[in-house]
Amino acid sequence: MSTIKKNNNVFMKLIHNQIFIPIAALLLLVLFNLIADPSFFAIHLEQNSVGNHVLSGNLITILDYGSELAILAIGMTLVTAASGGQDISVGAAIAISGSVVLRILCGTETQPESLHAPIIVAFLVSCVVAMLFGAFNGALVAFFKIQPMVATLILFTAGRSIAAWINNNKLPTVTDETFQYFGGFIPGIPIPTPFFIMLACMLVTFLVLKFTNLGLYTQSVGINEKSSRLNGLNPTFIKFLSFVILGLCVAVCGLIKVSRLSTINYSVIAKDIEMDAILAVALGGNALSGGKFNMWASVLGAYVIQFLTTTLYRYNVKSDALSAYKAVVVIILVVLSAPVVREKLSAFGKWILSHRRTPAKEAA
Amino acid sequence: MFKKVLAFAAAATLCFSVAGCGDAKDSSSGDDDGLIRVGIINNDPNESGYRTANDNDMKAMFTEANGYDASFAYSLKNDEQIASAQKFIQDGVDYLLLSAADTAGWDSVLKDAQDAGVKVILFDRTIDADESLYEASIVSDMEKEGQTAVDWLKSQGLSEYNIIHLQGVMGSAAQKGRSGALDTEVTNSGWTLVTQQTAEWSAEKAQQIVQSVIDSGKKFNVIYAENDDMAKGAVAALDKANISHGVGKDVIVMGFDCNKWALQELLAQNWNYDGQCNPFQASYINDIIQKLEKGEKLTEKVVIMEEKGFDATKITQEDVDTYGI
Repeated sequence: MSTIKKNNNVFMKLIHNQIFIPIAALLLLVLFNLIADPSFFAIHLEQNSVGNHVLSGNLITILDYGSELAILAIGMTLVTAASGGQDISVGAAIAISGSVVLRILCGTETQPESLHAPIIVAFLVSCVVAMLFGAFNGALVAFFKIQPMVATLILFTAGRSIAAWINNNKLPTVTDETFQYFGGFIPGIPIPTPFFIMLACMLVTFLVLKFTNLGLYTQSVGINEKSSRLNGLNPTFIKFLSFVILGLCVAVCGLIKVSRLSTINYSVIAKDIEMDAILAVALGGNALSGGKFNMWASVLGAYVIQFLTTTLYRYNVKSDALSAYKAVVVIILVVLSAPVVREKLSAFGKWILSHRRTPAKEAA
Repeated sequence: MFKKVLAFAAAATLCFSVAGCGDAKDSSSGDDDGLIRVGIINNDPNESGYRTANDNDMKAMFTEANGYDASFAYSLKNDEQIASAQKFIQDGVDYLLLSAADTAGWDSVLKDAQDAGVKVILFDRTIDADESLYEASIVSDMEKEGQTAVDWLKSQGLSEYNIIHLQGVMGSAAQKGRSGALDTEVTNSGWTLVTQQTAEWSAEKAQQIVQSVIDSGKKFNVIYAENDDMAKGAVAALDKANISHGVGKDVIVMGFDCNKWALQELLAQNWNYDGQCNPFQASYINDIIQKLEKGEKLTEKVVIMEEKGFDATKITQEDVDTYGI
């Protein structure tokens, strides 16, 4: 009896835990692929054209492409929690920071023989630029109290043109091979680099959340701005800060993106990625109206979205129909998180538990 | 109140950022300076290398030194383009040069132009409107571009054709023309389409699509990408999986648009074919305007530009310099 009750408690706890939502979605996708075609999970160790042994397969593709989304999801979660709104300009901001990287590496040439500056310098400058644009968004939201979606609409519209101006409308190409490491593979390591970059970002985030009060402050500002001010917090600064942190995430993501192809196309780079990033936050079970958040659920959510994308590609779904499938996920999430449905669900859960408990009691 | 002012300022910035790209030069000078006033409506030059080359070509041709007073407006949206056209007509330009974002919806504004005595010349893209509404249209024949490419592919005489077909944005003239030729040949010659997907002109998407085909273990030996960017994305995926590509290798890579970097890939024999899409329409337009100014009659309404297809085994450095955009 007691063990059953304990099991029930664990079960209920799991269901009520936020991370249950992305895990359930992930299991659903895994199950679907297992039934439909188990070869989906095959992983091979093969040589790539430079002669390195690298892993390949659908799962590796998910790790590879999901990582950039996961990095964005970290920043987007903070922004969502603090401001109760979303930044829709991340795609355009990636175009800007990617453009900055190429501008510094290539100077004004379209195809330089050698790099004009070390990659790390280019990356750091792009970090500063992306954080400045993040600060611009943050200032509009925090100081001027403009709705986040409206405030970031400005950069959303103008960003790609700014990115093009930075490089004078040219499309520079980097020929240096080391530049491809960030979006590809480092020689001798068979796992795609974006995954390691993501791990590094996770580690930093973990340490920051563990050793500073950022997480607590962000949540309290998101839950009730007035009372957190009365308790001595500075809501304006915390909102502002969340956008600057997102800017940093954008810069990291921008580096990976331009490194993948060693070039940039201003109008299509990271197109619609803001929607995926927001969806990752939602799929992580975080309230899009702000307040409490679970960073790890968002990160997992990002990989689930990439899992979905890769699965759809695997079954030859038309790529312009992908967003329709993602829309279905959004609808399900929104409906499930509606208070009315939640109430009904938890009542249903209790009903099931009480029915399971009765025969167990008799047996005891 | 303060908030409202700021919101207004933000909104104004937004409007500016949308409209600001156009009207870079406001033409207020009258007809008395002897310049021919042209209003040029084009797509956003950031759209692609093709568009950038096209815009630069127009800017280089329609200068004061060449006797023109030109105003430019850019948008990828039809309604914004129509609004710019109306503005140009009100400003009283002599010629309206138009590369329409969308084929439909131009009838009424072109009638206005006709009533105001503004002569309309279409370039790069045609529209669904009565021929009497415009003087001439200078276009690429996308069907022919596709056909040239497919004929080349057929001439390669492969024992089997397993093709990855990467399409542009669905419904655009370039996509329809380039897909159409391949689709016909696939049905006629019994070629196999391993996958047919739109990557929306994007290298990133193309890379993911080709990656998914590689992951699924399907065999293929041709990549037919409807622009250079997508071909580049596809090649990035091939490189990752160590699938050799180019002249005499496992996979044939085909692209379109003749970007300079793409032609260099051909020269290095990493790709096999690149089809030209000529962005240099300005000289054709100039000829037509000069003829009209002299009161001559145009012999043909639709001018189709000459376009080539390049084979990696035959391309020379000279071709790269001449035709690369």
